[in-house]
Amino acid sequence: MYDFDFEKPSSIADAVAALATEDAQALGGGQTLIPTLKQRLASPSKLVSLTGIAEMQGVCDDGDAISVGGATVHADVAASGLIPALSDLAGNIGDPAVRNRGTIGGSLANNDPSACYPSAALGLGATITTNARSIAADDYFQGMFETALDEGEIITSVSFPKPQAANYQKFEQPASRFALVGVFVAKTAAGVRVAVTGAAEEGVHRWGAAEAALTANFSADAVPAAPSADGMISDLHGSSEYRAHLVAVLTRRAVAACA
Amino acid sequence: MPKDGGIGASSKRREDVRFLTGQGNYTDDINQQGQTYAVFARSNVANGVIKSVDTSAAEAMPGVLAVFTGEDFVEVGGNPAGWYIESRDGTPMKEPKRPVLAHGKARHVGDAYAAVIAETLEQARDAAEAIDADIEELQAVATAEAALAEGATLVHDEIETNMVFDWGWIEDNRAATDEAIKNAPHVTTLELVNNRLVPNAMEPRASIGDYKPGTGDYTLHTTSQNPHLTRLLISAFVMGIPENKLTVIAPDVGGGFGSKIYHYGEEALVLAAAKKLGRPVKWTADRSESFLTDAHGRDHVTKIELATEEDGTFIAIRTETLANVGAYLSNFATVTPTFLHGTLMAGNYTVPHVYVNLKAVLTNTAPVDAYRGAGRPEATYSIERVIDKCARELNMDPIALRRKNFIKPDQFPYTTPVALEYDIGDYDAVMDKLEEIGDLAGFAKRRADSEARGKLRGLGVNSYIEACGIAPSNLVGVLGARVGLYDAATVRVNATGSLAVMVGAHSHGQGHETAFPQVVADMLGIDEGQIEIVHGDTSKIPFGMGTYGSRSLAVCGSAVVKATEKIINKAKKIAAHMLEASDADIELKDGQFTVAGTDKSVAWGEVALKAYVPHQFPIEDIEPGLEETAFYDPANFTYPSGAYACEVEVDPETGKVTIERFAAADDFGNVINPMIVEGQVHGGLGQGIGQALLENCTYDSDGQLLSASYMDYAMPRADDVPFYSVDHSSQTPCTHNPLGVKGCGEAGAIGSPPSVVNAVVDALQSGGHDVSHIDMPVSPSRVWAAMNK
Repeated sequence: MYDFDFEKPSSIADAVAALATEDAQALGGGQTLIPTLKQRLASPSKLVSLTGIAEMQGVCDDGDAISVGGATVHADVAASGLIPALSDLAGNIGDPAVRNRGTIGGSLANNDPSACYPSAALGLGATITTNARSIAADDYFQGMFETALDEGEIITSVSFPKPQAANYQKFEQPASRFALVGVFVAKTAAGVRVAVTGAAEEGVHRWGAAEAALTANFSADAVPAAPSADGMISDLHGSSEYRAHLVAVLTRRAVAACA
Repeated sequence: MPKDGGIGASSKRREDVRFLTGQGNYTDDINQQGQTYAVFARSNVANGVIKSVDTSAAEAMPGVLAVFTGEDFVEVGGNPAGWYIESRDGTPMKEPKRPVLAHGKARHVGDAYAAVIAETLEQARDAAEAIDADIEELQAVATAEAALAEGATLVHDEIETNMVFDWGWIEDNRAATDEAIKNAPHVTTLELVNNRLVPNAMEPRASIGDYKPGTGDYTLHTTSQNPHLTRLLISAFVMGIPENKLTVIAPDVGGGFGSKIYHYGEEALVLAAAKKLGRPVKWTADRSESFLTDAHGRDHVTKIELATEEDGTFIAIRTETLANVGAYLSNFATVTPTFLHGTLMAGNYTVPHVYVNLKAVLTNTAPVDAYRGAGRPEATYSIERVIDKCARELNMDPIALRRKNFIKPDQFPYTTPVALEYDIGDYDAVMDKLEEIGDLAGFAKRRADSEARGKLRGLGVNSYIEACGIAPSNLVGVLGARVGLYDAATVRVNATGSLAVMVGAHSHGQGHETAFPQVVADMLGIDEGQIEIVHGDTSKIPFGMGTYGSRSLAVCGSAVVKATEKIINKAKKIAAHMLEASDADIELKDGQFTVAGTDKSVAWGEVALKAYVPHQFPIEDIEPGLEETAFYDPANFTYPSGAYACEVEVDPETGKVTIERFAAADDFGNVINPMIVEGQVHGGLGQGIGQALLENCTYDSDGQLLSASYMDYAMPRADDVPFYSVDHSSQTPCTHNPLGVKGCGEAGAIGSPPSVVNAVVDALQSGGHDVSHIDMPVSPSRVWAAMNK
């Protein structure tokens, strides 16, 4: 890796100030960023670690919702159990080492099109809170590796409304074990939400046809036929048709698992 | 009753203590006084003209000591292919030069065209990035088929073709085989791909070159499976360093699987740089370099035809194969697809006519060479897949069809139509054992259970045979080998009776440090803890050919036996002198030399001491000391065989295959350490299952490696493989080596891929899918596509 400066502030304000330096980069658990640096594919002037900020740590129960600090590691979300589907999802990201380093804020800020967390945020209709504002998940994800975050903006916490029922189904890409396709289904008072990760070139997205059908009839049999393969990813590990097929299969399984 | 030592005991692997506690001494662990670091500049295009390499900026950077380019190595030799092959028409194979650093052209992504030596690794990296190379990209050829197409780009302009050779085995069989197939009542045809693999040894390649100006001595520490072979290649072919001035040391090596047999340009570079600087130069590959530059494995495209009578009696086998050998000929690249592949194409069967045609083709990809099994997995996969397809077409049980055509025990020695003489085997006995340990009779019930859960279940069975214990030098010499393939051992008895055994074989996971002492201890009747194995250092060991092709025990182990026999003979003379008896009357048992029929005896340790403290010693008859060397050149290959059964479940909704059961029954002849053998089989099965289900080295049509990291190259993990049922109790001891051993290192990787694919096809057929073949890796997306075509 190239040389960089390193800061580990203990408050959000100090972190924001530290990130004002040109080409400074926030560092969560480093599970994507550190390998990128080691391959010399990025050259930030400074890394600002967010893991020393106490108020960005931990999971708390807010009644109708849970709040997860932006620097909370996957293992802590997995252990919390407050929203079982979310904990299950977190408990199946990577391996134990990844889960004890990687953070929810890091995952959502990176918005890898095959990551698990974006589907939970979108599927549960989460609110992403930053040092500057709150952003609805529906407005936050803006395509592969693209988000609503501005330069230097930090995810401080994520609020997940508690669903009536929810389930995440992940079909692993054999090499990386990221989601070849992942589907998060949530049944809420306002209707059913179906968020799909791994499948599409646009990144995480909602499957509207399935949401409408499942809101009318929340059963596996109601899941529509596979969505169009247009816009689905096609690569070494699966064609766009295969991914489209998996979206329907996994949605059915997620709905069945909600019962 | 398990033995607690010696031949047949499951002695714990003594080397594991250091490996499992982080105390191993690998090349990158070694740091020398004044050490510098090398980093290579590598091509990011698969085919390009190197128009210029401007190193001036790099040379001016902090800490930089030297920069090398291809220009610096124009005068030295190329890294040769170790085996000469003639085409069917008698023309010699084409041998383009493989330089230390690319010069004129870069021929695959990762081809090194320059190297920087600096005080620190980071400085060397910075400077390597500052090298300004003007490489004009040309159209690349990434597959053998593309490379043979009309007007295809030439990988090496000077040889005017991309075809290295067009080989027929045996050419005299061709007409009769064609005729037999033309007239056969039934012919099963199958086209298949044997997928390209990246070896992925846990330890990346690494080398440290050192040069002492005061003596002119070079030392190379390197990740090698065969330090003497590496020294020979560097000395006699590439660098011209006299062998007496070059020591090659392969210390602990973290896996090779074939990829560390070969000499690579990085080894020559660190030696040249050490000479220029008078300081040690270290290079350690990162994982990306391993993916891009380690010799890959397999990569065959094959059409196989099996002609039979209507009752399933085999008449003929004919294959046509394109073998992608990559951008340069690696050391074993010409023998692996030919004599390690075509000669096995009769399998375990009596088949009167066999003809193999194989074209070796250069492409703009990393070199391809022997990888665990090396040619034999490709042969086994082709044969055992086509037999399975044939059984289905003839509506015969696949096991019955195999049994019908097995070579029977009373037919050995059996000479196949492809020129091997199998010395011994009992394929029905191994199949019987497989049916027992795999509980094949219980399959129908297990299938019903799977179906009740909405899953398809399949059973795949196959046999295999391999030729190991490479190899009789006289035979391979006739066939084109440019080296001999004996091995060597020196047994040195210390004055206090302990021993050092210096062996030509190299252990990089095999367990030699445990198994070889078991042999010696058994012969001498002493505790194996008194025996130490020395390997990997050309200044300490006799000239051996190293470890590959499941040869260590069969060849080097035989040399150990021969050298120990010499020790015993001499020790008996000394004992006879001490006991004032005739040496013909001396018996050695449990570490005691006894005059037959008397109670007069001396202990092993007393004889050893007498050899080194030769007071009252008959120096006119016996030399002092107790040290003997033996070279062993095998009379034939060894022929391990086995039968494997795989049971899979397929999720019909997603195409995902899970391996539910796997049974492996092998005949390795005599077994020295059953636990090590079992471990070797487990490892081989893991790699074979990896090839069958997961691993796929993929280049795009521009020669870019798409599967260049573990994010896209799927290695098998613990939860991808089942608990194995492994058995090696069917034993037909090798008839021509003193231990009766055959070799077990590659069996698992050879025997397992066809059983996996046979099982998946069986599962899909049971679900009513008209699928006769799926290419490996049998990934979920491929299975789904096959079910929904």
